[in-house]
Amino acid sequence: MPADESRVRVKRINNVSQVEFIDRDVLDEGNIQAIEEEIVRLIEAEDAPRLLISFANVEHLSSAALGHLISINNRIRARAGQLRLANIDPQIYEVFLITRLNKIFQIHETTDEAMKSFQP
Amino acid sequence: MTPQPHTAPDQARLSVVNDPEQIRRAEGLLVEAIERHAYSKAAIFAIRLSFNEAISNAFRHGHATLPADLPVFFNYAVAADQVRIEIEDQGPGFDPSTVPDPTLEENIERGSGRGLLLIRSYMASAEYNAKGNRLVMVYQRPGTSQAAS
Repeated sequence: MPADESRVRVKRINNVSQVEFIDRDVLDEGNIQAIEEEIVRLIEAEDAPRLLISFANVEHLSSAALGHLISINNRIRARAGQLRLANIDPQIYEVFLITRLNKIFQIHETTDEAMKSFQP
Repeated sequence: MTPQPHTAPDQARLSVVNDPEQIRRAEGLLVEAIERHAYSKAAIFAIRLSFNEAISNAFRHGHATLPADLPVFFNYAVAADQVRIEIEDQGPGFDPSTVPDPTLEENIERGSGRGLLLIRSYMASAEYNAKGNRLVMVYQRPGTSQAAS
């Protein structure tokens, strides 16, 4: 895989950056680091960034990925922005429950629900 | 690899260096063996997750100060009722009781430290040796009981 190949798809809808993972497995540190760097560029491109991360394609993820999500959440909060997660497979949602990170993140079943939850 | 009858134990002993391609290959062999024994999708999810967390911990912590080409040893044995995985690094070891509980409020936003919690949540048992450089974990097929080791 070329080093400069994007690991996420980004759509811009109603002032929200919708990010979707391309890979089914979000496991190894190198890929996860590259994904975080792409997302950080989106966050730093605006004040009060509004970001929706969709896990629609994701079948496996590691605790390293959770650590990077926390870092992304902190960066967004520091810029008075909003982060929503959506379309999480039940098996992966269980990982959020075990780690209790469901209390940290705003998680919605669908993209539509997540979009409606953003504050103006 | 020749497919094995699903009742025969399926096992391997591998050396893996910290290279994503090698790790994926080792994981692929494990997953193929699990699939041959008709474990469920939920079991495969649990075992893949635990394998990745364990091998990641071995390289990130166990081999933190060691040469990058030093391998971690990975053994597995897949049987009809259980999957036994052993991961041994060549580092100095650690005391797993010193790992902070990542679910406590004061730790919840830490960037790391959740791997062992996940392994213990998904596996029937997960034990380190006294030195703390070898983890033996067992996934038990639901409805079967764990044999004494």
